[in-house]
Amino acid sequence: MTQSLIFVQRKAIRAVGDDESSGCSVSLNTLTFVSTCSRPIMKGEELPGLLVNEIGGMHGILHDHVEFLKKHFCLITMKEFLENKKNMSKKVQAVYLWWHKPVIDKDLLQSLPNLKVIANSGVGMDHLDLKLVASFGVKMANAPCAVSSSTADTGMALLLASARRLVEGYHVAVSPGMEYCEADFLGVEVTGATLGIIGMGSIGYKIALRAKAFEMKILYHNRTRRKEQEEQAVGALYCEKIDDLLCQADFVMVVVSLTPQTHKLIGKREMELMKPTATLINISRGAVVDQEALVIALRSGVIRAAALDVTYPEPLPRDHPLLKLKNVIITPHLGIKTDKATRMITEEAVENILAALAGLPMPSEVHPS
Amino acid sequence: MEAQELPCVLIDCIGGKHGVYEDHAEFLKERFCLITMKEYLENKNFLGKKIRAIYMWYHKPVINEELLQSLPNLKIVASSGVGIDHLDLSLLSSYGVKVSNTPFIVSTDTADLGMALMLASSRRLVEGHQMAISPDTEYFPADWLGAEVSGATLGIIGMGTIGYKVAERAKAFEMKILYHNRKQRNKEEERAVGATYCKKIDDLLQQADFVMLVVNLTPQTHKLIGKRELQLMKPTAILINISRGLVVDQDALVEALQNKVIKAAALDVTYPEPLPRDHPLLKLKNVIITPHIGSATVKTRHLMKENMTESIQAGLAGLPIPNEVLL
Repeated sequence: MTQSLIFVQRKAIRAVGDDESSGCSVSLNTLTFVSTCSRPIMKGEELPGLLVNEIGGMHGILHDHVEFLKKHFCLITMKEFLENKKNMSKKVQAVYLWWHKPVIDKDLLQSLPNLKVIANSGVGMDHLDLKLVASFGVKMANAPCAVSSSTADTGMALLLASARRLVEGYHVAVSPGMEYCEADFLGVEVTGATLGIIGMGSIGYKIALRAKAFEMKILYHNRTRRKEQEEQAVGALYCEKIDDLLCQADFVMVVVSLTPQTHKLIGKREMELMKPTATLINISRGAVVDQEALVIALRSGVIRAAALDVTYPEPLPRDHPLLKLKNVIITPHLGIKTDKATRMITEEAVENILAALAGLPMPSEVHPS
Repeated sequence: MEAQELPCVLIDCIGGKHGVYEDHAEFLKERFCLITMKEYLENKNFLGKKIRAIYMWYHKPVINEELLQSLPNLKIVASSGVGIDHLDLSLLSSYGVKVSNTPFIVSTDTADLGMALMLASSRRLVEGHQMAISPDTEYFPADWLGAEVSGATLGIIGMGTIGYKVAERAKAFEMKILYHNRKQRNKEEERAVGATYCKKIDDLLQQADFVMLVVNLTPQTHKLIGKRELQLMKPTAILINISRGLVVDQDALVEALQNKVIKAAALDVTYPEPLPRDHPLLKLKNVIITPHIGSATVKTRHLMKENMTESIQAGLAGLPIPNEVLL
């Protein structure tokens, strides 16, 4: 293992005292760390260490975000950390999770004595042991604001694509062997249909706002009922019993967090309550739906179709029956996969981390329930 | 026989890929004596005189002068859908034949499909689906991204009934809406959807993240979007066409997509339909094509059948014709 060289570019730094009259002081923003930060360049000027899984690759921080992160933090990848635990472990004050990595376990927490905060990209926290993290005195944050519009758009995209058989239609339009005729290729109407939203948090509510513009009748099921004005603004009717929603909806959209209570929330019983003409859309977590029951329901016409942005696992094994069904659209967890949303997520994470490190209230702190 | 008292209506065929749906045929047979093109051709002399209306389902049967000359008692042609660019209205008028279409019932379905294509294209839904089910996929790369619809700018070219419904839907996605139209809409209509009028199409093209075509096909809108217009668009912009294939210069579009002059396109309509199987548009990764399914829902097709039936019945009774198309 070799010590990486530190190359530091300084732009217009003046040490304190050099020019008393202008009152200049060292500006941290002008420091650019190009390589690892194995030792500080000046005493007292070290940026807080931020542990990330990797840069680029399967679960890595996006390359486009690196410059922004390096303005505030000294980035340490898991590889660098593992190669030099002795020196690195004390430097890490924060962890930024991207696509649930690095995995936070007891070993890691024990080896990071100065860890103050873990920021999660996205809103779901089901991959974290919140109690364990809290027991080490470490704060946690998610990124709710950045996520909601983008995920609501994904839900609507899947609803529309499934209803109008967009993916099937694409294959008819471009495939060499396909017999083609516009006249007998039919989908189901979205405008005026009934949408049942299971989980009316910020994402669910944004879906309701969008669906209202399609003149959809909106039913919702949630742990708690929303305020009357909120219901009226989107024309949503509360279904205290999930069964009432399932019996009436033409489209059932699942928008809950994954918790022990929502695990396999939609199973055989629930699907049998749905109309045979209904479509199930899942943008929450794969484990909220009983996948085996779903395969059976789709094959036997218990429900018309499904559109899944999430599965368990992701990706599904290549021989999984869901991949072969014509009435299923599966997307690769698109939820927040836009330039805009990912950028906002990183900005939100940085805000939370900086607040935690300064001992200030965090914009989106998550507590173990 | 009772059936012979019902007015005779010519259709292309029943069932199969192009014909009137079986369940629709049941409904029609209660009101009309249906004669298929095959039956007519086998017995032209006898049947020609009996036919008083044509039920034109998805542009079939094709109406030409020869046919018109052999149907001396033809009073009305009822055409499915809203587009009438496939009909020679002057020719029909010269034979004293009236024409009807089904304009308003297709509007919401077509607006819905426009939204579906915009969302699918910007979020790379079709590509994503292919990745999700491909036998070669081992993981989903973290840096595989699409573009956001919420908060983006939508430019609607053609703000008729369908265009306006698109605006209503887009507003809920907090989109900024620009529109270009022959005539400006009134202030309340604009305010209701937050739409800004662009008298010059160039202004719309330069600002829009999504450009949606929702015009009729007329001599003025033929190749409305060509090389010049595509070059005015942002390189990150997406073109969506739910109007008619001929509104876009397809060769220019292929070039623009190949050279990254625009980012992507989503087309429910092409010229011709379907495209030849070796057409470059079919091979481009940044193109979604759907087989003209703008109004393709079970419910809307039923409504079309009912509308067309009403129009035929009115036409044959000499009454004002609902949805009559005038020259």
